[in-house]
Order: sequence, then C-alpha cells, then structure tokens
Amino acid sequence: MDDNRWLSDATVRRLQETVDAPDFSGTRYRLVRRVGRGGMGSVYLAEDPSLARLVALKVLDVDDARGDLAERLVQEARILARLEHPGIVPVHDVGRLSDGRVFYAMRFVEGERLDRHVAARPGLPERMRLFLRVCEAVAFAHSRGVLHRDLKPENVMVGPFGEVLVMDWGIAKLLRDAAAPPGAATSAGAAEDRADRTGHGSVLGTPGFMSPEQERGETDTLDARSDVWALGAVLRSLLPGDPPAPLRAVCAMATAEHPAARYASALDLAADVTRYLDGRRVQAYRERLLERGRRLYANHRVAFWLVATYLVVRGALLVFLRR
Amino acid sequence: MGDEPEARGAFPPTRWSAVVAARSGDAVERRIGLERIAAAYWKPVFKLLRVRWSKSREDAEELTQEFFARLIEKDFLAGFDPAKGRLRTYLRTCVDALAMNDQRDARRLKRGGDRELVSLDFEMAEGELARGGPPASERSDDLFEKEWVRSLLALALAQLRKECEARGKTTPYRLFERYDVADLDPRPTYAQLASELGIASTDVTNHLAWARREFRRITLATLRDMTASEEEFRREARALLGTEIERK
Repeated sequence: MDDNRWLSDATVRRLQETVDAPDFSGTRYRLVRRVGRGGMGSVYLAEDPSLARLVALKVLDVDDARGDLAERLVQEARILARLEHPGIVPVHDVGRLSDGRVFYAMRFVEGERLDRHVAARPGLPERMRLFLRVCEAVAFAHSRGVLHRDLKPENVMVGPFGEVLVMDWGIAKLLRDAAAPPGAATSAGAAEDRADRTGHGSVLGTPGFMSPEQERGETDTLDARSDVWALGAVLRSLLPGDPPAPLRAVCAMATAEHPAARYASALDLAADVTRYLDGRRVQAYRERLLERGRRLYANHRVAFWLVATYLVVRGALLVFLRR
Repeated sequence: MGDEPEARGAFPPTRWSAVVAARSGDAVERRIGLERIAAAYWKPVFKLLRVRWSKSREDAEELTQEFFARLIEKDFLAGFDPAKGRLRTYLRTCVDALAMNDQRDARRLKRGGDRELVSLDFEMAEGELARGGPPASERSDDLFEKEWVRSLLALALAQLRKECEARGKTTPYRLFERYDVADLDPRPTYAQLASELGIASTDVTNHLAWARREFRRITLATLRDMTASEEEFRREARALLGTEIERK
C-alpha cells in the first residue's frame, strides 16, 4: 500500500479536472469551457474552427458499461435531427470521443432559462407569448411523432432576440416512425425501450411537470396529452399568484387527471391561450353573464361609447323636439 | 463508435468489482476483494477517526485495524445492500458506529492492534494530516468523502505509473507528473517541458493527451472496482468528479 501517496488539495482538483474534461483530440472541436451539467452529461462550449463558430457539445459524464446512456444520447441527437423547427435547437453532429464518451454537437444557444427570464419580466402578455412559442415547438414535435416527456421552464431557453427554444430532449419518446429514414426509427425505438426498462426503478421525468400516467410509468400508452399536461404545469408556473380565472381554467383543463378531459393537442391549448389574449371566450372557462358583459365591454369599449353617445344624443333630441 | 470494451474503459464481468468479490462465497476471492477495498479506504477511515472523532493517534490506529479486521474476518459486508446505498456511505456509517461504541464503552475494546491483518502505514497517514493542516471543524463532515477521492486518485496514479513502466511509456508519465501532479508554481510551459526532455512541443501535447486519457481510464476502472452496480458507479463518478462534494 506504499502506492497510496498523498496528493495535495490542488493536485486533487487538477486530477479531478483531468478525469472530468472531455478529450476532444481526434475531433474537429476545441474545448472552451463547461457551461452546464445535466442528468447524464455535461454541456461544453466548444469552437468549431472549420466553420469558425461556437457550438455546444453535450457529452456523457462517464462511459457506461451497458451502453444505455450512450444509446440514449445518440437517440436524443437523432430525434433532434428530425425536428427542424425554429423553436427546437438544431443538432450538427454526433460521435464518440477518443476517451470513449459519446457526444453530440448542437447550436450554442445564448440566452437564459425561461423561469429566470420571466422572473425579471412580470408582464402577463409577454409571458403568454413565450408560452405560445413553446406550444408551437412541442406541437411540431408531436406532428413528427415525438413526445418530449420532460417539459419544464428549466428546459426552455429564451434568446436575446426573444426567440424561444425547447431544450433537453434526453428522454423524448418516439411515438411512430413518421418522417424517419428507413431503419432509423426502429433502432432509436429499441434504444428508447431499453432506456425506459433500465431506468433502475425510477420513472423518467420531473415531479411536478410529469403527467399522472407518466408518473405511473405507463410509458407504452403515453401520447401527446401527456406533454399537454406538462405544458399546463409550465403555464401555471408562468402565471402570477392570483391569475385571471380563464387562465386558471386553462391550466386546470390542461392538467386534468384523465387525458380525455385535457386539450387534445398542444395547438388546442395554445389556441385557448390565444383566445384569452384576444379577449375572446376561452373554451376551458364557462363565464358568468356579468363576466361576459365585462369582457365584451373591454373588447368593444369604443363602439359601446359611440352607441351610448348616439342613443343619449338621439334621446335628448327627441325630448327637445317634443317640447 | 467501436464497442471494444477496453477501449471504452469498461471491464468484462469477471473484473467487475472488488465489492462483488468481497461478498463472494469463495474465501480467497472474498479476502482479495476486501484487501482491495481496504487499500482505498484505510486512510479515509483513519483520518475520520483522528479528526471527526478526535481519537488519539494510538486509538485511531487500533480502531482502524479493528475496523478492517472485522471487515475481513466477520463478513462485515453481509449487511451491505448495493440496491439501497453506496459502499462509501455504508462504510462511513460502520466507522461512525464503531467509534461511537468505543466512545460509549468505558472499558477498552479488545481491538485488532495486536493482530494486524492488513499492513497500514499510519506514520505516513499521520504525516499527511500534519501536512494538510488541521481541518476546520465545519469541514470535518466532508473529510471522509474528500479523503476517499484523494485515496482513489492516488491509487489510480500509482497504477498509471506501473502501467507506463511496463509499457516503456516513461516520457508520458514524467510529463504527466511534472505538469498535472507536481505542485509547481508557476506550472511549467509546454515549451519548457519540451526543452527539459529534448522533445518537440507537439510531442509534449501528444504525450500529455495520452497520459491523461490513460489516467482517466484507470481512475474510472478503480472506481468501478469500488462499486457494486452501474448505478452506484455513475453516482460515485459524479462524486469523484467533484460535483457532489462541491454542492454540500
């Protein structure tokens, strides 16, 4: 046991960094710095000298013996590759580092997480506008047969120009093989199945942003309405403490216990939020007569006063002429 | 994306883990496994007893021997369930229980000091405590974890040296020692190292990249040796990389 020599704290830190740092030799990327750490890997900022641009590289922390995590990361890259949409971060490349770890390269998104972004911007219409962009990206993914399964404010980035990007598709699920090249969906689907089964007894997702059926581990029967539930939870997190009743009803409908009671799609949910923003009647909310009157008044204030003025003037004229 | 196990840092199942060997029904295999665990854990145990439990050097030495004697002789690991927790946490709990019982019992326990089952260099460990200075009391809870990381990296470094010597790769190892291990302030530049060893700067880059890759592979293999499942390995890798300890 003479080998067990003493290493100073500074040396321990350096050696930890040595073990941790990805070895990019053999790839075209140059490491700049680590920018984040997720459930199974880290995200690094790297330079791609051949195209003179910065990219984000998602790299597994450790290589796993069974290869489950590696398969899941590759599957995430393949899913992203089929989702070309302004609201979904584009993937450029996938590969394995010389130290064995799998990585994929994607666009480097400069911006901040949705939860942090809205904390500094209290305006409800702006928050709803961002939420609608999230719904559109998720609806697009659904149209390509992909469920996100981990929608939460931390997984949405807002760029400096207000662009909204849905991130972290690490536990996304393929519903069907639409738009996939022959053979690709099958292998990705198989990887997905293994990833679910080898979840080491834990359900994949985030408590509080996971539908009841996802929480129960019913992975085979999940559909778009599971993501609708998560979107409802995201919407709730964006609302002020005492939200308007129609928006509260939208949240309640989106997060209904039974999928059949929810919005059928992310677009339906977005449409109801848009109705609220436009001052129209929200599908999820049965308004009382007085509320309806107030809403109509708010929407048609000018017309109301024009008619009222006309009626008063006309009434006054009639009274005057009868004298 | 080759799947060759060694290239990916993975081991065949028979080499999976000292923890699995330590819980084996075969006495020889069990003893070998336990000795490998003792090699990684004896310093953290000794230092925990000295600092966290304020044991005298003599008491800490005897309790450390007692701990590993029980580990080897009394099937100590039978109570460890890999599905419920990590080996590191289990051992820490056992050490704390041993120290607490020792504290509570006015009568001195018959310890393993006179029946040394594993050869431990307490002189060196005591010297290390002095070199590191007395840890602040608020940090003593982290002591076991930090010493475990230190011990594991030291074992990996020793293994790297052995492998480099066996493969005639002395230059990469010397560079790694000089640049990544030695406490030099300021650290030498690649150009200085190249001049010292009479090689090109690009060779320094390549040798260092190779040595770091090998060190990473060996460190993770050593860590696998100290874990009983893939899940535990992943969690311990995060602790080894510093993220868990930093969060505390």
